[in-house]
Amino acid sequence: MANRIKSVSDLEVYRKKLLAARDPKRKTVAICTSGCTAYGSMKLNTAFREELRRRGLEQKIDIKLTGCHGYCERGPLVVIHPAGIFYQRVKVEDVPQIIERTLLKDELVESLLFKDADGKPCPHEDDVPFYKHQMRVLLANNSRLDPTSLDDYIALGGYQSLAKALSKHTPEALVKLIKDSGLRGRGGGGFPAGVKWESCRKAPSADGVRYIICNADEGDPGAFMDRAVMEGNPHLVLEGMIIGAFAIGHPGDPRGYIYIRNEYPLAVERVGIALQQAREYGLLGKDILGTGFSFDIKVNKGGGAFVCGESTALMASIEGDVGEPRAKHIHTVEQGLYDKPTNLNNVETWANVPLILERGLEWFTGIGTGDVKDNPWGGSKGTKIFALVGKVNNTGLVEVPMGASLRDIIFKIGGGIIGGKKFKAVQTGGPSGGCLPDSLLDMTVDFDKLSEAGSMMGSGGMIVMDESTCMVDVARYFLHFLAEESCGKCVTCREGLVQLCVIVDRICAGQGKAGDLELLEELGNTVADASLCALGQTAPNPLRSTIRYFREEYERHIRDKRCPAKVCKALITFSINDKCTGCTICAKKCPQSCISGEKKKLHTIDQSKCIKCGVCNDVCNFDAVSVE
Amino acid sequence: MDDAKLKSIIEKHDRDPANLLAILMDIQKEERWLPKETLKALAAEMNLPLARVYALATFFAAFSLKPRGKHLCTVCMGTACHVRGAPRLVDHIQREFDVLAGNTTADMKLTLETVNCVGACALGPLVIVDGEYHGNMNAGKMDRVLKPIKQE
Repeated sequence: MANRIKSVSDLEVYRKKLLAARDPKRKTVAICTSGCTAYGSMKLNTAFREELRRRGLEQKIDIKLTGCHGYCERGPLVVIHPAGIFYQRVKVEDVPQIIERTLLKDELVESLLFKDADGKPCPHEDDVPFYKHQMRVLLANNSRLDPTSLDDYIALGGYQSLAKALSKHTPEALVKLIKDSGLRGRGGGGFPAGVKWESCRKAPSADGVRYIICNADEGDPGAFMDRAVMEGNPHLVLEGMIIGAFAIGHPGDPRGYIYIRNEYPLAVERVGIALQQAREYGLLGKDILGTGFSFDIKVNKGGGAFVCGESTALMASIEGDVGEPRAKHIHTVEQGLYDKPTNLNNVETWANVPLILERGLEWFTGIGTGDVKDNPWGGSKGTKIFALVGKVNNTGLVEVPMGASLRDIIFKIGGGIIGGKKFKAVQTGGPSGGCLPDSLLDMTVDFDKLSEAGSMMGSGGMIVMDESTCMVDVARYFLHFLAEESCGKCVTCREGLVQLCVIVDRICAGQGKAGDLELLEELGNTVADASLCALGQTAPNPLRSTIRYFREEYERHIRDKRCPAKVCKALITFSINDKCTGCTICAKKCPQSCISGEKKKLHTIDQSKCIKCGVCNDVCNFDAVSVE
Repeated sequence: MDDAKLKSIIEKHDRDPANLLAILMDIQKEERWLPKETLKALAAEMNLPLARVYALATFFAAFSLKPRGKHLCTVCMGTACHVRGAPRLVDHIQREFDVLAGNTTADMKLTLETVNCVGACALGPLVIVDGEYHGNMNAGKMDRVLKPIKQE
């Protein structure tokens, strides 16, 4: 193959050749084509290309379709390199202006710049408060590289860590390095990756086969950092896996899988392209970089089952069975996929590996909390990507050092609550996590602190809730989610969750009884104690944490039959107040046709017909619909 | 699905039962759903019990054992979309098209489905109509997106 890199030293030669052929001053337009596609960023791509062709500039200026830049709230995002000019909410109509002024004359288009709280324009990413307070390591290159170009990755120093691992380290030394780094699993549990690697390496395998798996079944609703890493920088994950395979499986016969959820078609596509390129370049497959080490990776697509994010269920699914977990009396590092020693880590965990090799142990352990010397559980090291979403001004992906406070993440980076409303809670850890109230805002975020507070890290979703979010409704949402996603193997999870749903549904419907909370807690404990896998064991967490921190809200539902957040339909009524101008829009839009009134006169709602759909409130421009 | 097509999908996946999930995905990609006859033919061709094929087809949310309509509307029900009003959006579409989530309109025009998160949480509530993502939806915007389908 023409592009095959035959040795470790050839990689450096190839990188130098790439850099020499590239003009560092060449202007490049980087367009996010990950989440921003929902804002129509592919149309921007077409518009830029057409406009450049029309002006005969297509040979002079590059267009790069990149992964997620993180600041999804302000999409579509466009960054002009090498100056690093950051344009937000870019529309097709803005394209000629960007070309004319920024690309040709080096001027700023002020209307497209982000403006901070004082109205000061921010020309570069680092000037924007959302980015300024972050520590972007894993996401650093997302706006700089084309995820379908291995050359881009190599030019930025990619696969240097692999070269270093293969030529300068023994597998045992690599395992020790990861163990000493204190890197803990980013998929949720926070198990030290190095300890896992060591166990898997030591586990006996008669034919030398060991499986290396990347868990990319990011099922936590409200989390999308793994998607962003795979879509924006897939080679970073592959490089981590190849290093891991060498550390854990060499000499021997390591084999790799990436299990990607079905809902991420673009990630499947980009990882597929990356694998193909890595094989062509001799970075994957037989005799990697001429070192004699062989390893390949296969992509498996999930089928839309949350439980498949659990390691044993995921392995069952790779084997072609339904994704049911099994008891882990024998750990998967000893007998996992096809009963062979198996090491499974999450996308973000793998992505950290090349960085630890590149920048060293001291750099990594210098970030984060606690002390991991001699004890891999002693702290949380490195950065963590969070998906900051919900009722917060700056939604998007944020990467911060472990140990940042919730307040800094939500208010400094997130810019506070939408519409200046009051912060109520933040939900972390997905359906296995919990809701934390404002009294815990100054808590520093790491694996152990979150668990102590009754929540967990999970994969890093952070859903911000304001005073208009009902905590009973949130618990109800997660219980229904989990009841639906339970695989049905354990009775306590299958039946217990349904009964929890019945009770919480009843509370939301205004039929709660005294003693319901105690019953919920007791049943919740049973589900947690008697279920096999983490899905069931952690299922009551959203319920328990909301009862723990928002007991009063439950009691208002049960005792007073009121929903203070005005969410639970059975407990609220809609009425029209005297701000009504008689514009008639609510009457027109009401699906029940139960709003009456003459033009320019106060309207009324017929309560006997009202289904509380809230459409009148949504369409009213005068704030004239009251909810009580 | 005709025999030749089915066989070519099975061959593409090396006739390996471990690839059953991928095979079912490919069948659904062609047919838009999983017809009973095709599942029977698949089990026979791969020499697997029909129960195993059926177990997979019913375990994973991605599969439909009922024919889907001409258009597919999927509402994301992730947490971020939930707190920003996704349930009301589903109610609205259900009323507008007289169809319950998980079902298809009587005229086979539209299938309404929900999904537990597509990872576009910053854009919630999010709806995917025939593969195209629409972020920050509300009832009014939803009507505009679905208008061409309604008027068909």
